[in-house]
Amino acid sequence: MITYENACQIINRSRGSAVSVTTMTQTKYWNEISEEPDLDIGISNGMSKASSIALGVALGKPETTVLCLDADGSLLMNLGSLATVAGVGPKNMFHFVFNNGIYAITGGQPVPAPGVKYAEVAKACGYSASYRFEDTEAFDNTLPKILQSEGPVLIELIVKGEPQTDGVDQTWESNASLPRQLRALRKRLTGKDDWGAGGLYI
Amino acid sequence: MINGILHPKNVIDQLVRQKVSHYVTLPDSETAHMYKALMAEPSITVVPVAREGEAIPVAAGLFIAGQNPVISIQNAGFYEAGDALRGLALGIGLPLVMFIGYRGHNRKGDTPDSAASMLEPYLHLWRVDYFVIESDDDLERVPLAFERAAATNQPFAVAIGTEYAKEGVE
Repeated sequence: MITYENACQIINRSRGSAVSVTTMTQTKYWNEISEEPDLDIGISNGMSKASSIALGVALGKPETTVLCLDADGSLLMNLGSLATVAGVGPKNMFHFVFNNGIYAITGGQPVPAPGVKYAEVAKACGYSASYRFEDTEAFDNTLPKILQSEGPVLIELIVKGEPQTDGVDQTWESNASLPRQLRALRKRLTGKDDWGAGGLYI
Repeated sequence: MINGILHPKNVIDQLVRQKVSHYVTLPDSETAHMYKALMAEPSITVVPVAREGEAIPVAAGLFIAGQNPVISIQNAGFYEAGDALRGLALGIGLPLVMFIGYRGHNRKGDTPDSAASMLEPYLHLWRVDYFVIESDDDLERVPLAFERAAATNQPFAVAIGTEYAKEGVE
C-alpha cells in the first residue's frame, strides 16, 4: 500500500512547473515538499471542488500541466465532475485520486462505497486513460511516462488512511490562505498583479 | 414568465463587448435558445458542467488562469451551488458575473414555484447584488454587472426573468 508521503514525493519529483491543486490530507504533505508554492492551490473552504478548479485552470492555460491531487471522499461528492472533465477533455490535466476508503479528516469513518474503482469510472466517463496503483514502486516507475501522455488521465492511488483524532480548526488566517494563494497563482500564470482584495477574508 | 422578449443574440453581443472568454453552464429549459446561439459564437467557449455546483469552481479556475468567464445556471441549481458560492466566490473575492435563470418568475410576485419565490431572498441572504433582466430593454444593465463585479471583487448575479426567444421571433 502507498503512503501519502511517498505518493506526494513521487509526484513532486515529476512535477516540473505544473500547477498543483490539492485537497485534504494531500495538502498537508504537499505543502511540506513543494518548492513552487506560487503554483500550488490547497483547496480549503471548497470541499469536493478540487477537480473543478483544476479543470478551469487547465482549460484556461492549455500549455500548462495541471495536477489535481484529489481524494476519494471528496470526489464522491463531485463525481459528476469526471463526466465534465471527460466532456471537455483537457489534454494537460492529470487527476490523481488518493483512495483510502475513509473520511480521514473527520476521524476515519468509511465512505459510502469504499470499493469504488475510480480508474474504471473515469475510463467509462471518457478520460483518455486511467491507472490504478497499489504499489509504490510501480507508481514511481510509471508516473513519468504517464505525464508525457495526453490527458485527461486519472491515476488512482490506493493509500494507507491516516484518520485524524483531532478536528481541523478553521481560523481567519487559514481561511485567508486560499484567496492569497489564488492571487499568487494568477500573478504567476498571467504576469499581472491585478486581482485586488475582496471577499470575506482579505 | 413575463411577456418581454429577450433575444440571445443581444445578450451574446453584450458578452462579446465584455470580452467574455468562457460560458460555463448547465442548460435549462429557459435558456435552450441561448445555448444554441452561443454555439455559433466563435469568441466564446461553452463549458458544459454536469451539476451546477461545478460552475463556480470551474469559473474560478479559468479566472485564475487569466480568462474572463461567466456562468449560467438555473435558480434551482444555484441553490445546489450554495457551498461553492460561499467558499469559492464570496470566500475568495471572485469577480464573477453569474447569469441565473429565474424559473417561475412573474412580475406579480405571486408564484407557485418556490424556485422563483426564494431566489431574491437567497441572493439577499448571501449579500450578492443583482439585477433582473426581463427583455432586451434591460440589457444596459449587463455592462453594469461586469463593472460592479470588477470594482468589488465579488460575484454579481444577473437574474434572467424570461425565456430566451427563439431565433427569428420579434
